[in-house]
Amino acid sequence: MDSSQSSSQSSSQANPQATTSAAAKPLYTRKDFLSSTDPRWCAGCGTYATFNGITRTFLNSGIEKEKFAVIAGIGCSSRLPYYSNTYGFHTIHGRAPTVAMGLKMINPDLNVWVITGDGDGLSIGGNHFIHLMRRNPNIKMVLFNNQIYGLTKGQASPTSPLGSKTKSSPYGSVDRPMHPLTMALGAGATFVARVPDNDNELMFQVMQAAMAHQGIALIEVLINCVIFNDGIFDPLTNKETRPDKTVLLEAGKPLIYGQQKNKGIIMKNDRPLSVTIGENGITEKDLILHDPQNPNSGYSFMLAEMGDQELPVPYGILRQIQEPVHKPHASKGTKEQLQNTLKGSGAWEVGSDGNIKSLER
Amino acid sequence: MLQNDEQSHSNNTAIKNNISSIVTKSSVVRLAGDSGDGMQLVGDMFTNTCALDGDFFATLPDYPSEIRAPAGTLFGVSGFQVCAGKDPILTPGDYYDTLIAMNPAALKVNLPQVKPNGFVIVNEDAFIARNWEKATYTSNPLEQTESFSKVQLVKIKMTENTKLLLAELGLSNREAERSKNFYAMGVLLWLYNKSTLATQKWIQKKFASKPEILKANLLALDGGYNYGPTYGNIKHRWIFSDTVTKKVPGTYRNISGNQAIAMGLMAAAQRANLRLFLGSYPITPATDIMHELAKYPDQATILQAEDEIAGIGSAIGAAFGGALAVTTTSGPGFSLKSEFMNLAVMTELPLVIVDVQRAGPSTGIPTKTEQSDLLQALFGRHGESPLVVMASSSPKDCFDCTIEASRIALKYMTPVVLLSEGYLGNGSEVWKVPDLDSLPSFPAQFAKDPVTYQPYKRDPQTLARPWAIPGTPGLEHRLGGLEKLDGPGTVSQDGLNHERMTYLRAEKVARVAQDIPALEIHGEASADLLVLGWGGTEGAIKQAVTNLNQSGHKVASTHLRYLNPLPKDLESTLKKYKKVLIPELNSGQLWFKIRGEYLIQADKLSKVQGQPFLISEIENKILSLLGER
Repeated sequence: MDSSQSSSQSSSQANPQATTSAAAKPLYTRKDFLSSTDPRWCAGCGTYATFNGITRTFLNSGIEKEKFAVIAGIGCSSRLPYYSNTYGFHTIHGRAPTVAMGLKMINPDLNVWVITGDGDGLSIGGNHFIHLMRRNPNIKMVLFNNQIYGLTKGQASPTSPLGSKTKSSPYGSVDRPMHPLTMALGAGATFVARVPDNDNELMFQVMQAAMAHQGIALIEVLINCVIFNDGIFDPLTNKETRPDKTVLLEAGKPLIYGQQKNKGIIMKNDRPLSVTIGENGITEKDLILHDPQNPNSGYSFMLAEMGDQELPVPYGILRQIQEPVHKPHASKGTKEQLQNTLKGSGAWEVGSDGNIKSLER
Repeated sequence: MLQNDEQSHSNNTAIKNNISSIVTKSSVVRLAGDSGDGMQLVGDMFTNTCALDGDFFATLPDYPSEIRAPAGTLFGVSGFQVCAGKDPILTPGDYYDTLIAMNPAALKVNLPQVKPNGFVIVNEDAFIARNWEKATYTSNPLEQTESFSKVQLVKIKMTENTKLLLAELGLSNREAERSKNFYAMGVLLWLYNKSTLATQKWIQKKFASKPEILKANLLALDGGYNYGPTYGNIKHRWIFSDTVTKKVPGTYRNISGNQAIAMGLMAAAQRANLRLFLGSYPITPATDIMHELAKYPDQATILQAEDEIAGIGSAIGAAFGGALAVTTTSGPGFSLKSEFMNLAVMTELPLVIVDVQRAGPSTGIPTKTEQSDLLQALFGRHGESPLVVMASSSPKDCFDCTIEASRIALKYMTPVVLLSEGYLGNGSEVWKVPDLDSLPSFPAQFAKDPVTYQPYKRDPQTLARPWAIPGTPGLEHRLGGLEKLDGPGTVSQDGLNHERMTYLRAEKVARVAQDIPALEIHGEASADLLVLGWGGTEGAIKQAVTNLNQSGHKVASTHLRYLNPLPKDLESTLKKYKKVLIPELNSGQLWFKIRGEYLIQADKLSKVQGQPFLISEIENKILSLLGER
């Protein structure tokens, strides 16, 4: 039972990196952000590193831990709130954004983080995902994308590639996958980023930027599911192939990538094209300069769709713009106001003499 | 011409005082026409006029679900019914003393419900072949005199007369015709010896920016009042008998059930010292609660959610955050919320779920009333899922019931389902606006102490768990749908703990019975037959019992506000009577529950026609059970 499992902290959770590069003076050590319940993810799962990234970001913010609330749906990643020693809510499948909205609206000073996965956030919770993005509340969402249903033991998810062989698609998935970041952009997301689960520093940087952003922030983390989808992101994450398969986005810098740092992206005929610097007269100046604040979302969509065929998968912050942040009404009126409200617009008064006087407004 | 209000009023009463007035205790008026004919507006105006005369009333708007159904059709007929009089009024009435039918379809739908010798006032201009054919008449119904042998048919050329009155204004025919509802209003006010003053004021305010329309409507109103009855050859007027019931001095208003729920929520939040949060999605006939709350951003924080599920999800988030949290819906939305209702049961958060019931299943008849969600409210969730279920019994009772539902939710840390009905939500009656200080006070208590705090450490009396809201130092905890260990609230999959928690959740809800006052018995103390009701049937049941008591029948009634848990004295009360009758606007849902709970014999009276009970339907059933029919 539970109490017996909550006795000790596993050593894998006490990451010594946690207190490095702290901008603000931390009130705590990282251990303070770990609840008495030890994580129960599979050994080697990318969720551990992502959980580290989240608590490290909390720690480095210098904000008191009671001012964080982690809200999750259902799925492997959505067990995360139980392990974070903040306020937390493990809600129901796909619906974490709704609970997060209500909580944030009534408690605007709270730092609300939503934890979801590709099945939870994009399939059963697709509607809430869209509306969380479009409303632009100051909420952060981490989407653990492992392209599979893990907790139900291996069915195709909305991000599984066409032809994926899973328990529910033994002859290959016939459903086209969706791209979480283009979907978020389509819904008007103001902060959109992607990181792999094995780059702690990049994850930390992006999460800090997300936290500083005013408005909704979506971070897609490519998670390796060691049990049901092992190695699916290997080309994008291992040291040998990652440089040629991905490009790191840095604001104001050209889109350069490759083992030799000699590849780049240019625009030709309104399409992104991978080129080699030094060939065909191409220089660094011809490359696209990354501008996450580009008001034209077409640029962001272009980045989000990269990764097919010849083009590398972008890591980092694809888009970060300022838009009005969701601001609910305060509902802090006085008793006197309410007493007046109860009368409505067409009240009348019966006097002690029985005479009636209209109070119509 | 209307020079000043007082003068014109005294003028037009003078013109008609040669026609006799018949004194009546109360009268039922039914206004019917196309959706676009403005009959709901005329009904509202007439009700307001009655209010300012000190009358009591109950209203029943009765309209189709189409916004502007094709003109002249039977299915497009929109109605408004009001029963008014000087004594308290319990229902909008069974049969009509006065029907105003603006077209043949409105006549066809409503004529059967007119009382013997009642007025049937028609807009004669609308009875052209095209219109009576649409109403499936084979000839002009006004010429079939035998249809009107038991009523007083009054034919008035409302359209033509209105156009004549407005001839000098230079309006188009269409614009002029639009004023005919105020002409009808004038006729109605004259018929009931009522002043046109309130309507004049309303027109002056409403059309201030359109002086031509303003003038046209005032002329039509005045014309209807002064000349309409002459043209129609009306033989007598109605006047309400002098008041028997003295009104307590104070502020009064006309309030619908939906408005009353909105007001009740704001008042409850004030009495609990909490912010009010509503998460809701538009659905007939519940949306007006959201509309009403949206008018008062200083009192309510609202999320118009992306769907029904998000409505309750956001409310649960707000409850976690320390608000008085509410979601409002009707049947189909109530179904969609089931999974989240269970999350509220599991996490034991205070939550008010309002279901304004309508005719189901599925989309059913959205604008028509029913009481058919009771069993769903009691049992319609997976797992062992006890929660509190309450039902309001009249439009104004929606206010008190909402406050009580909120109080129970907060005291016991539980979701509470409040069942209303389309009939209550849209219907209205006179309400004495309470002083906020006179309402129950139940300031919310939040946990603060990190030393003693445990998420599921219960209050020994209520079994409520403590409410610790995010932002409180040292009380960081995790809630969720997974079963929790009794006390510490960590995740637990232990079977014995699950069983213990299951019984604790049930026992906590059962203990709400300690807050339920003793049942009130209405009617003859030594009765043979008890009528047991719940929800919006109260008015009809009480009136039926009163009427039968007056004719010497030994019957009584009692009404349930709490459906789960049931009142502690219900079983002993029911067993005192030889017969128990349970009338419901469903096929016998409370009847099923009562028989299962107490193993008693009971009879049911079911109606699922989208309409409330007539008083006479309940009377007849009682008489037949007493062996008199």
